[in-house]
Amino acid sequence: MPAELAAHAHYWLTATLLLIGLYAMLSAPNLIRKLMGMNVLMTAVIVFFITLAAKTGASPPVLPHHHAEATAADYANPLPHTLMLTAIVVGVAMTGVALALIIRIQKRFGTLDERELLRMLRE
Amino acid sequence: MTAHLPILIVVLPLAGAALVALAGLRFARIARGLSLGILAAATAGSAAALMQAIRGGPLQYFLGGWAPPWGIEYVVDPLAGGIATLVAAFGLAAGVYAGPFVRNLRPRDAGVFHAVYLLLVAGLLGITLTGDLFNLYVFLEISSLAAYGLLALGGGRSVLASFRYLLLGTAAGSLYLLGVGCLYAVTGTLNMADVAARLPGQFSSPAVTMAIVLIVVGLALKMALFPLHGWLPDVYTYAPAPVTAFVAGVMTKVSAYALLRVLFFVVGLGGVTPDILRVLGWMGAAAALAGSVMALAQTDVRRILAYSSVGQMGYIVLGFAIGTPLALTGALLHVLNHAVMKSCLFLSAGTVLYRTGASQLQGYQGIARRMPLSLAAFAIAAASIVGLPPTGGFFSKWYLLTAAFDAGRWPFAVVLVVSSLLSAVYMFRVIERAYLGSAPEPAPGTSPPGEAPAGMLAPMVTLAAAVLLLGVFNDQVVSNVIAFALPPAAGR
Repeated sequence: MPAELAAHAHYWLTATLLLIGLYAMLSAPNLIRKLMGMNVLMTAVIVFFITLAAKTGASPPVLPHHHAEATAADYANPLPHTLMLTAIVVGVAMTGVALALIIRIQKRFGTLDERELLRMLRE
Repeated sequence: MTAHLPILIVVLPLAGAALVALAGLRFARIARGLSLGILAAATAGSAAALMQAIRGGPLQYFLGGWAPPWGIEYVVDPLAGGIATLVAAFGLAAGVYAGPFVRNLRPRDAGVFHAVYLLLVAGLLGITLTGDLFNLYVFLEISSLAAYGLLALGGGRSVLASFRYLLLGTAAGSLYLLGVGCLYAVTGTLNMADVAARLPGQFSSPAVTMAIVLIVVGLALKMALFPLHGWLPDVYTYAPAPVTAFVAGVMTKVSAYALLRVLFFVVGLGGVTPDILRVLGWMGAAAALAGSVMALAQTDVRRILAYSSVGQMGYIVLGFAIGTPLALTGALLHVLNHAVMKSCLFLSAGTVLYRTGASQLQGYQGIARRMPLSLAAFAIAAASIVGLPPTGGFFSKWYLLTAAFDAGRWPFAVVLVVSSLLSAVYMFRVIERAYLGSAPEPAPGTSPPGEAPAGMLAPMVTLAAAVLLLGVFNDQVVSNVIAFALPPAAGR
């Protein structure tokens, strides 16, 4: 069992990060903390893709020009990394927009506590 | 030129957004003209691509000349072309309607509004036309990002509503991406057609099951399928009218389209999909009932319309779940009809708010005498929501109902009828106030509110006419467009 657990360690890491993020988004009353939860959740996806690309004994996918014969098995898969570069950019943009909205909320309502905000909205 | 049509439809609004933002710094009028021109061009391009796809089969475009599965591919089949035309045309209609709203903004903000609005349209067009699962994620998030910004323009409450939508929407996007990652791990490709070709031997893998479940949950959250609809009512209620009309009309539909694309075209109904469709069917039925019941309890007209949207999304998913060609025809026809009628309703409600400041039901007292055209448009679209002939809503519901009976799913048929009756009640509450209530005397010294400005009336009246035309010509729409758009897995 421990060996099996270790072999799937990256899946466990993904699932754990995902659940931590989701839990923070659902339970934290403060909007900034919710946002941090969202970031943790996005990190889980990034970890998943990056670990997907790893291979034992493979080198970075840089092809020396005199090295004519190259097999895919010798190199790590670069595609997931490039995909995650895009996903990170998406995450940065999301966080930026979210922080802009948070500033507006703070200015308008004077609090970032969700329970208080919802109470104000009901009145 | 025509060879590049598929990419131009997406790139034009995308690049145009940057241009419009720059132009808006100095010349607000030019920014508006430019943005409307780009939207008109995108509409014409989508319609042309749709025609070509119906006549000569799907158009394919390889980005940068890289053939799939290495490069990103754009595919305009009749389904994608139809949805793209819908998106672009509604972008244009809501863009025209936004005129008076934008004039109230500061000139610099007006340029930014047009730019972000173009980004939203570009994102949605990208989702419909792309043939690549990861590219779909990127466009999903582009459109969502733009939508969060636009939906927050309605003042204090809308900002909070938009923030909560952002959290859920991003979580949904991440779940979708995780699902795509699982599919990539199994098949080693992201191209939709290539995944579809490689999946059939792999359905026993738990990773595929996991992938399908994650993608479906992510997209269901984006399309606000009950019980994942929590973000929707607040967002639709507090956002500015032109934005709500567009978002309510087509944005959730595009997520529904993505779901249809993945389930019927990529996964091809293999593996766990039949079970998922069974669950989706009951979720759709629950949505149709719960949306209508909750709409009954509201006093804000925009909130009634928002909950009605939750219910109507249920019909569409119900059609997917039954899965016969007849049901899918009904679902796609309802995508079209609901986009037209819900946009029309939100535009009318927005016009009443613009002229009288009223959004509560009491404020609609006798309003039909003051704004006859706006309320006539509202009444026609409401009749379509209820499903009265000869409006379009009647025919899509008829298709769904017939399909439910043919497939022996009579509980779904009962749900459709009950939900329609409930929608008759909540729509009649508004109509009764507007037409039969007596208008309050205007305060001394002020004149009673009059009809809306022409820029707002034109798109509204056009949509109301479209509701009727879609009803009268539903047969032509189905046999000339939708019949070609049905997924191969369902059979023709």
